[in-house]
Amino acid sequence: MIEKSNKKIIATASLAGCFGCHMSILDIDDRLLDLIELVTFDKSPINDLKQFTQPIDIGIIEGGCCNSENIENLKYFRQNCKTLISLGECAIMGGLPAMRNGISIKECLQEAYLDGPTVQENKEGILPNDEELPLLLDKVYPCHEIVKIDYFLPGCPPRADLIWNALTAILLGKDIELPYEVLKFD
Amino acid sequence: MEKEIKIWIDGTEITTSKNKTILEAAKENNIYIPTLCYFVNTEPKANCRICTIMINNRMLTACTTPVADGMEIQNNTEELTDLRKSIIELLFVSGNHFCPTCEKSGNCELQALAYKYKMLVPRFPYEFPHKQMIGKGSKILKDQNRCIACKRCIKTIKDKKGRRYFATKYRGYKLEIVPDEEMIKTISEETAQQAMDNCPVGSIIKKEIGFNMPIGTRKFDKTPIGK
Repeated sequence: MIEKSNKKIIATASLAGCFGCHMSILDIDDRLLDLIELVTFDKSPINDLKQFTQPIDIGIIEGGCCNSENIENLKYFRQNCKTLISLGECAIMGGLPAMRNGISIKECLQEAYLDGPTVQENKEGILPNDEELPLLLDKVYPCHEIVKIDYFLPGCPPRADLIWNALTAILLGKDIELPYEVLKFD
Repeated sequence: MEKEIKIWIDGTEITTSKNKTILEAAKENNIYIPTLCYFVNTEPKANCRICTIMINNRMLTACTTPVADGMEIQNNTEELTDLRKSIIELLFVSGNHFCPTCEKSGNCELQALAYKYKMLVPRFPYEFPHKQMIGKGSKILKDQNRCIACKRCIKTIKDKKGRRYFATKYRGYKLEIVPDEEMIKTISEETAQQAMDNCPVGSIIKKEIGFNMPIGTRKFDKTPIGK
């Protein structure tokens, strides 16, 4: 058993994602007990820590960058993490949010808030434009087009076995095993 | 009887006959050379370049190069694997391939080749081009986001009179494969299914049957392409 002081520190974040990749982290099931022997979780939606409390060994990013807050958050992670992992299709290529990439922001907002068939009670035609809201980017960017990413784990969501293989390999300094069944894009 | 000749693929001796391509000779001997635009019993066009092999340090396409006696062919080398992987990556970034939303996911040859070459992330930047979807009033949907311009649909999908349902539009990097607007409205159930099956990616989709195969039972879920 590794002493607590020797444990590696993990932080996670969900940018423009659906939290499915975080669900897949939890999907490693009883191996979570083994993982807890090896790591401590810092800033993460799993423990609701909002700020980093120490330097991070492994940062895990779910989701791509669709607004200014995502970019800020991702850069914050890069500055504080020794190793950064793009987890899932959205982090790697934008994923489903990137389906808007061929359409202008104006058209997207118009459809979402004014013209869409499910729009109700927006008679004044208000588009969200509060200064508190992060600005939308022109398109959804994969994380590696914003900062350097060290490892990529594809899947929607990535298979729990892939996450387990990758984390244990990085923690123990081995090569990541990629059996055919665990490397999938859907 | 045609004269027998000998060729070597990665050092393995193969006996075959003249008037065959390297790809055909390899197939007959259960040697896998990856293909995308090639379709059996049609004239090869060599436009995807994924079947590139090496002869005397020259890169040639296996689907169009005829065998010759004593030919020594390299198929599985580090250089060729990386080249083929880069072609797959280029195809991924030059279209909009959102695998989680695609009806063909799990049965897609492009995706299966990406699995084969363990593509984790393309080395090229994503283009996210703006593409159209065609197929109003038809049994099929032609999704240009996913089209890799292999032309398999042009070569194989014809009506009873031999007229083609699909054709090229524009040239060069603007090239698109489009269905004939009038003919596509009358396409039969069987031909629509055949068009979907012959498309290596999810660009031709037969409507109203999406996602009918559960994950785990699809063609490339457990079996890698070429096995």
